[in-house]
Amino acid sequence: MSLDKIIVIIAGILGIGVTYWFFLMKKDRAIKIAGSSVTIVVSGGYNPEVISIPVGKTTELNFMRTDPTECLGEVVIGDFNIRRELPLNKKVSVKITPAKEGEYTYSCGMNMYHGKIIVS
Amino acid sequence: MEIKKTFSVQGMHCASCVVLIERALKKVEGVSDAVVNIATNKATVTFNAGEVSDKVIASAVAGAGYQAILNEEVEKEDESQQRKLKELQTLRKKVTVSLVLGGLIFWGSFPGLMETAPEILKNFFVQLVLATPVQFWAGWTFYRAAIPAFRHRTANMDSLVVIGTTVAYFYSLFVTVFPDTVNAVGITPLPYFDVATIIIGLILLGRYFEDKAKLGTSDAIRKLIGLQAKTARVLRNGQEIDIPIEQVILGDIVRVRPGEKIPVDGIIETGISAIDESMVTGESLPIEKKAGDTVFGATFNKHGTFTFKAMKVGKDTLLAHIIKLVEEAQGSKAPIQRVADAVSSYFVPIVIMLAMLTFVLWYVFGPEPSLTYALLNMITVLIIACPCAMGLATPTAIMVGTGKGAEHGILIKTAASLELAHKVNTVVFDKTGTLTSGEPKVTDIISLSDESNETVLTLAASLEKGSEHSLADAIVKGAEERTLSLREVSDFRAVPGQGVTGVLDGAKLMLGNRKLFENVGISFEKQEGDIARLEREGKTAMLLGKNGVFIGIIAVADTLKDSAKAGVTALKNLGITVFMITGDNKRTAEAIGAILGLDDILAEVLPDQKEIEIKKLQNAGRVVAMVGDGINDAPALASADVGIAMGSGTDIAMEAADITLINKDIRSVAGAIALSKTTMRTIKQNLFWAFGYNVILIPVAMGGLYPFFKVLLNPILASVAMAVSSISVVANSLYLKSRKM
Repeated sequence: MSLDKIIVIIAGILGIGVTYWFFLMKKDRAIKIAGSSVTIVVSGGYNPEVISIPVGKTTELNFMRTDPTECLGEVVIGDFNIRRELPLNKKVSVKITPAKEGEYTYSCGMNMYHGKIIVS
Repeated sequence: MEIKKTFSVQGMHCASCVVLIERALKKVEGVSDAVVNIATNKATVTFNAGEVSDKVIASAVAGAGYQAILNEEVEKEDESQQRKLKELQTLRKKVTVSLVLGGLIFWGSFPGLMETAPEILKNFFVQLVLATPVQFWAGWTFYRAAIPAFRHRTANMDSLVVIGTTVAYFYSLFVTVFPDTVNAVGITPLPYFDVATIIIGLILLGRYFEDKAKLGTSDAIRKLIGLQAKTARVLRNGQEIDIPIEQVILGDIVRVRPGEKIPVDGIIETGISAIDESMVTGESLPIEKKAGDTVFGATFNKHGTFTFKAMKVGKDTLLAHIIKLVEEAQGSKAPIQRVADAVSSYFVPIVIMLAMLTFVLWYVFGPEPSLTYALLNMITVLIIACPCAMGLATPTAIMVGTGKGAEHGILIKTAASLELAHKVNTVVFDKTGTLTSGEPKVTDIISLSDESNETVLTLAASLEKGSEHSLADAIVKGAEERTLSLREVSDFRAVPGQGVTGVLDGAKLMLGNRKLFENVGISFEKQEGDIARLEREGKTAMLLGKNGVFIGIIAVADTLKDSAKAGVTALKNLGITVFMITGDNKRTAEAIGAILGLDDILAEVLPDQKEIEIKKLQNAGRVVAMVGDGINDAPALASADVGIAMGSGTDIAMEAADITLINKDIRSVAGAIALSKTTMRTIKQNLFWAFGYNVILIPVAMGGLYPFFKVLLNPILASVAMAVSSISVVANSLYLKSRKM
């Protein structure tokens, strides 16, 4: 086998490994919300992406979309029956009062970008 | 209880206005704090809910010379629609430019076609100049989405397009600028600017159609919001004035003229009219309404002028509730979506890895020129993968399905309820108030002594006056309709489940069922024929005794709703078993069952046992929908797999039920189940298509057919397939709209 092919094989394996590590082995770090509201900046995803809130307490999630990507134009928090449009550079507030502990994911309208609400 | 209220204030222009309004609001008794923000033109007032009304706040602000907008709708649907249309216009411009430029490059570079092209288009540098704006102006949309996502270690649809087209563009750039270097490694220096530009153009075109179609999926909400009247004519200080609907406050007297929309919910004070409620309840015939009747905002006054008192405004109106419910349903997730959710979170990274694998395989094992094959097939894999179709499959169908339901007076609470409803094989109807009007009437009076029928009814009604039973009410009303005067009864006693007793003019009276007579030792066997006949006719027979003698029978019956028979038939046509549950005796219940053609009857069930009966049916393996009024039978509704409330849109009914039929039409039960079935069919088709498409075409794009048929997929064709795939999912969901209910 020629050298170029060997290099391509090694680069390919490395590329696949790096892709796996980069996208699929991302560690979620939860930001604990002490107050009654949190601002989530919507740009290339959700920042903070993972939040931790107490059970039974009403928390206001203020979504602020600064990224014009159309996919992010909607946020869906399915477990709380919430689907909201996020106009660019406008704050959109939703209130949730989780009754049960657990992990609730939220996403953009097409389920490409994800965030998580950890209720404990 | 102290509450906070934020509302807009009109007329502010400087900081001193802030001070003025705050001072005016703080002066109001019961207001503990008032903060006015000049930047947002909003005031936030903290006050005691019981002490301060909207009217007081509005007049305090008005007294300071400004105007408070107290019932502002948060959503400005028009604005959102305008914004989306503007985005579509920009997108159209980008599509046109990229397809025209891409088309020119394609003409100048595609074998078989390029021979007809002018020389200038065959020049690689000209192609580079034409391709650059497409890649970085029209295609900026993809970069703008992919770069921030990449920073978050996330990849999406745009990431795939960016990687695919960027590789094609920069490879072509290299070939154009350094053709000799490429030649030196044995590769013909051919650029692929056509691939990069046409892919961008076609994917943008697909997105344009997809966005246009997606606008249609949220039509229902837009239509509902559009139903609202813009202004209301209210009587204030003895004058009729037209004000914006947001300024109507509780207690306002509103005048509605023929041909006008009713602005808010309320109760008619004076006047009579026929009102078309079809837009809110789905009921097609206009309803005659008079003083004391409830009217709903957004419904249409056909003839007649009337005034009504505003009882619910802003977010408390029936229309606002419907909008909220539909919005919530559209925001909820169907359990069937979980699979798609799980797959789509890994999908894009897996496609990137498969694209890398494709490159390696073709480079190492492919025919010459292996680099070209490897490159083009890698791009094809990246472009053909369509995560959008998976993301759109369920929500678009749910949006169209729930919206269509709302248009017909069927409000579905969550996507999960809609999903479960299609599995229902047994429907249990509560009788009173659901299959029947819930207002029993006296139908027969049989005197068994010298007393006249009127006397029998007078005695029975006098006795029942103290009772709270619904049948008692029917007897008292029956007497009142016949203008009989009732008399005072002493020693009144209600015997639960049997009847009532009392003393009138020294005579001991008793009215009730057989059990009551058995207990007091009055024989009724001689009249058993009459009693049984009445019961067979679906009537409840009440036996009247006086001083131990059986003196008469009064039959009371609840009339069946007009839509009951057709509703039951529609359900049976869907192959569903139909039950009725009632506290009535078996014979009466069976009589109704026979009229309606019910499959089975659960009779003599006490209200608190209905829930247990539902559970028994579930334990027998049935998927049960319980249909009730949503108030009295809330536990039974909750324990059924699908609780359907025939409600008028009250909070309690909507809260307890999975599905609310605001049109109160029994046929809508079958309508709701049929809607669920068609929506689920659409979702399954969409998911099958979305998964099938990717599962089949990604291996084809990798070159899976090449070893057998020497067939490879062109990256441009891949972009066509990708665009068509997501459009077809949205189009299939929109097709639900045209299905007949």
